[in-house]
Amino acid sequence: MSTTTGEAEKQAEVAGIRAKRRARVAWAFLTPALIVTAFVALYPLCDTLYLSLTNTRLGSEEPARFVGLSNYVELAHDGFFLDALLLTVFFAVITVVLELALGLGIALLLDARFKGRSAVRAAMLVPWAIPTAVSTQMWKWMYNDVYGVFNDVLVNRLGLLSEPIAFTADPRTSLPAAVLVDVWKTTPFVALLLLAGLQLIPRELYEAARVDGATRLQAFTRITLPLLRPALLVALVFRTLDALRVFDVFYVMFGSRPDMQTLATYAHEILVSISDVGYGSAVSTAIFLVIAVFIMIYVALFQRRET
Amino acid sequence: MKVRGVARRAAFGMAVVLLVVYLVFPFGWALVSSFKTNAELFSTPTRFWPEHPTLEHYRQVLANDDFLRAALNSVLVASSVTLVSLAIGALAAFALGRYRFRGRSIVLYVILSMTLFPQIAVLGALFQLVNALGLYNRLPALTLTYLVFTLPFTIWVLTGFLEAVPVEIEEAAYMDGASPLQLFAKIMLPLAAPGMVTTGLLSFIAAWNELLFALSFMQTPDKRTVTHAILSFSATTSSAFEVPWGQMMAASVLVTTPLVLLALVFQRRIIAGLTAGAVKG
Repeated sequence: MSTTTGEAEKQAEVAGIRAKRRARVAWAFLTPALIVTAFVALYPLCDTLYLSLTNTRLGSEEPARFVGLSNYVELAHDGFFLDALLLTVFFAVITVVLELALGLGIALLLDARFKGRSAVRAAMLVPWAIPTAVSTQMWKWMYNDVYGVFNDVLVNRLGLLSEPIAFTADPRTSLPAAVLVDVWKTTPFVALLLLAGLQLIPRELYEAARVDGATRLQAFTRITLPLLRPALLVALVFRTLDALRVFDVFYVMFGSRPDMQTLATYAHEILVSISDVGYGSAVSTAIFLVIAVFIMIYVALFQRRET
Repeated sequence: MKVRGVARRAAFGMAVVLLVVYLVFPFGWALVSSFKTNAELFSTPTRFWPEHPTLEHYRQVLANDDFLRAALNSVLVASSVTLVSLAIGALAAFALGRYRFRGRSIVLYVILSMTLFPQIAVLGALFQLVNALGLYNRLPALTLTYLVFTLPFTIWVLTGFLEAVPVEIEEAAYMDGASPLQLFAKIMLPLAAPGMVTTGLLSFIAAWNELLFALSFMQTPDKRTVTHAILSFSATTSSAFEVPWGQMMAASVLVTTPLVLLALVFQRRIIAGLTAGAVKG
């Protein structure tokens, strides 16, 4: 009896040593990635938080001082910041709703089997692969008030407008112009995510529903939507995060036009053009907080439905 | 019944055609515009097709040293980022995919959360870091900082690939006396090759498309990347009064065609990579 306990103990000991050795090997393989992550992500994230509590300026002779929350107090009274906040949230809500609706439609369309489906799927990657800075230039050319193809079609061919619109200069059409570029660029990504989700739904479920006499609409609301929820949630989270940090479209389309600044273009302006690292870091942190609030809302909403 | 079926199929076909037109029109219009003469570009009503196709805009773009320099810079930055993140990412994915150890899930969560946080949130601190390292206005600054967004999904996707390798393969290698490093280099790396192609392509495209860091950390024209250079076209070219739309479209076509071709050739891999997070999450 005692010998078997001894052997069991010995075996456990050997297993323990092996587990420890394996853990050491694993950490050794992880080391480069951990160093880089700490260096370019974790440290900068903490440093941004700290800088936002100081009056650091790049190239300033005076040493930076700790100023507490005064940058945040200033933010709360900064009209440009509040405008940017409002515009960014508004932009995010519109684009995310449009992208999810359109993306779902496209995903349902491509879920059917038809000739040339893989060619259409390939075409979906075209807007995605083009750099946003470049595609915004392409759209600006189409938006051009005198020579743009949109005005040509709307005024000359269809006669829907009596005179051309300067889409990217007119305050009424500026935001929709930016929304269209973003929707064009990112809907394919949403559609591909949802299509992957759709293809995980077993076909037998639809057959069973048809046997039971369910209509197409019922099958959609009772089978497709509930089973697609994980994919919808992922698309929703990713798109919201991206929309709240939108930079390229607005920077390229509007430059430093004061009424068309997003949180990210405003932070960039203050950090890089004005070199006010302290205040700019406060704006950066605010973007982080806005994103955190959105994520908490999503988690709360989806958890409640779960129970 | 038959009529309804035909009508439905026609509507379906229309929807597909509309979708494809919507997806490729802006690129197509840039392509068509790039072959028009200035007289045709700047005439109303708009001509849809170039009557006298010309390569003049391409000639001008390719004679523009700043643009060529920017293209070279983008190639250098995007390939170096891709190589570094594949090397570091594969090592980390081997540890995360093949070993069970305390702290593993924390590491995975930290890496996943990196994909979620906005680049702008670390811009101020990275700006200082880049300056402190003496990298301001030097390309390695971009190679280093782009790892913020390429490394997380490289690790995430490759971990999935390596997790799927059957444990018998690993045991057989250890039986033959292989060290962990040999197991990694000789067996796991080749098995993860398809995943490396996917994540490599995604890294390359993400780096090629980046604007915010390129704009913030590079200053002089000779250090610009293509996304930055495409914005400065109006300032550098001949006539100061009008935007050189023809050259801009030619340049746009030149910097996007390689990416569009890559995306089309590797569409299956790219779609798999893009959707990997969704299926898992």
